[in-house]
Amino acid sequence: MTHKRRELIQYAIFAAFIIAVPLVFRGRQSYYVSMLALSGIYAIVALGLNLLMGFAGQISLGHAAFFSIGAYTTAILSTRLGWQPIAGLLPAVAVSGFAAFVIGLPTLKLKEHYLAMATLGVGLIAYSLIKADPGGITGGVTGIVNIPPLVIGGFTFDSDRSQFYLIWAVAFLIFALSFNIIDSRIGRALMAIHKSEVSASVLGVNVFSCKLQIFVLSGMYAGLGGFLYAHCSPMYYLNPDDVCHFSLSIKLLTMVVIGGMGSMWGTLLGAVGLSILPEVLRMLGSLFPGVNTTDIEMAIYGLVLAVIMIASPRQRLKKWLRLDKPRRVEPPKDVEV
Amino acid sequence: MFPDQILQFLLSGLTIGSIYALIALGFTIIYNTTGIINFAQGEFVMLGGMFMVGCTRLLHLPLPVGMLVTIMAVMLVGALIERLAIKPARNKSIVTLIIITIGVSIALKAAVAFFSKDSFTYPPFPGPEHVSIGNASLPGQSLWIMGTAGCIMAALWLFFHFTIRGKAMRACAINREAANIVGIDVEKMSLLSFGLSALIGAIAGIVVTPTTQMAWYRGTELGMKGFCAVILGGLGSSPGAVIGGLLLGLLETFGNYLFSGYRDAIAFSIFLLVIFIRPQGILRRK
Repeated sequence: MTHKRRELIQYAIFAAFIIAVPLVFRGRQSYYVSMLALSGIYAIVALGLNLLMGFAGQISLGHAAFFSIGAYTTAILSTRLGWQPIAGLLPAVAVSGFAAFVIGLPTLKLKEHYLAMATLGVGLIAYSLIKADPGGITGGVTGIVNIPPLVIGGFTFDSDRSQFYLIWAVAFLIFALSFNIIDSRIGRALMAIHKSEVSASVLGVNVFSCKLQIFVLSGMYAGLGGFLYAHCSPMYYLNPDDVCHFSLSIKLLTMVVIGGMGSMWGTLLGAVGLSILPEVLRMLGSLFPGVNTTDIEMAIYGLVLAVIMIASPRQRLKKWLRLDKPRRVEPPKDVEV
Repeated sequence: MFPDQILQFLLSGLTIGSIYALIALGFTIIYNTTGIINFAQGEFVMLGGMFMVGCTRLLHLPLPVGMLVTIMAVMLVGALIERLAIKPARNKSIVTLIIITIGVSIALKAAVAFFSKDSFTYPPFPGPEHVSIGNASLPGQSLWIMGTAGCIMAALWLFFHFTIRGKAMRACAINREAANIVGIDVEKMSLLSFGLSALIGAIAGIVVTPTTQMAWYRGTELGMKGFCAVILGGLGSSPGAVIGGLLLGLLETFGNYLFSGYRDAIAFSIFLLVIFIRPQGILRRK
């Protein structure tokens, strides 16, 4: 099967799943539709984080900051200044991207530790600033209420089902975009950087510029996710604990790690799986009264991160299934490096 | 009004700065010996405080016994982290190791949160309640904090310069492979560095808790401040860690006076400023 055809089939399966979900969960089960809609938002952000971690080999511990910057930008524009919700899209994405640029500029030249700590710091600062609310615009601890739903071409996205389709349509486009980026010059350059920065730069790759570009792009993905969250969140309500807390950054990180860094499909499954996890834990928790399931959730994230990274089960599985045998790859006709 | 308060700010800044310096030293010891930034460093401080709360308030142990038990317990945690999480992944990429230490840190936080999500404290250590120096007044615990930090720094200096173990660890810092070739057990040194960092973190947690309170979530913030201090002084330099920590404490205290309520923002702005202008830190020459 050729590369292109396999890709098309993958997209078709993905699209079929998106269309099927709201048709399967109806009536009283439509709660699951809104839960899965939310997982689509996380998937968008996690796909950006996956580009950064899985392909560029960098790490962000503060992606919730970029997410919340996007969410608050559009929420402030549409509630305080009376903008049309859709008009907030560009500012939300641009401001998040700019924030990533400012953080990435000094830190990406240095070792990975610096970016990790800088993004961790940005996350903590963004959280404390939004909570402290210096200019009286973020609403502090209470957050922002009554954010208008999205209206596109006269259609209002205010039902679970319409929001689900909207979010997953965007996620689908982002998914396709990410695949194309990986398959482009910058994608190959990133993979070269991941293997060895020295050899990549010897081959003429501008290592710093590539890393910065992908970091800004992942910041923009997060901003886009934040934009969707602000206008599609349950109750149209933003508060710092939901969108900007360190635990959200960790949740996003875990989504990428659980799916296997560098695997787009894995990230997608990770996003959906971890979004369902609280619900599963709540169901199990009802069997053990008195146990706080959010603590268990946090412990699971920590253990999953550590154990997956130590044991690398994906490589082991591949080895066990003998998928890692060197396969003959036909050289592409026109290689652009 | 402001000049009168300079001494007061200076002393408060040095108190909190001593804690940052201790955390920064913990980072530095592990980084120098193993090349890893241990993101669970702040958790050692949190565990030190929380175990001590358990020892004094639940078990009603006398102060010195409680301290000893706490320190041993946190060192055991540090050693277990090294053996169970770091050693099996020794040859993996930096990002992988970062994620592992983050995972460990979250698991530790969750474990503590599972027992209690409240903030705790215990009475300050014996001594005067307040000390007046000029027109500044300090809680007596501040003297304990600064004194303990000073003693630990002196002890570390002696350890690294006059014992064979300490010298072996410095050899690892200079060149791990060469150290291995001359017969230094690098794996043992890695274990030792985690134990030593846990010890310092535990002590920092024990002495700081009476002044600030301790809770399950505080490790992240303290760890980040400690790392800011590390960057300020230059990654890998022990004197840099101490000076960076003290300086960060002072800058934060004075900055907090000028822009009250933005303590964390100040530390982080300094961090960004330093990596913009002098990524090698204020002490090092490039």
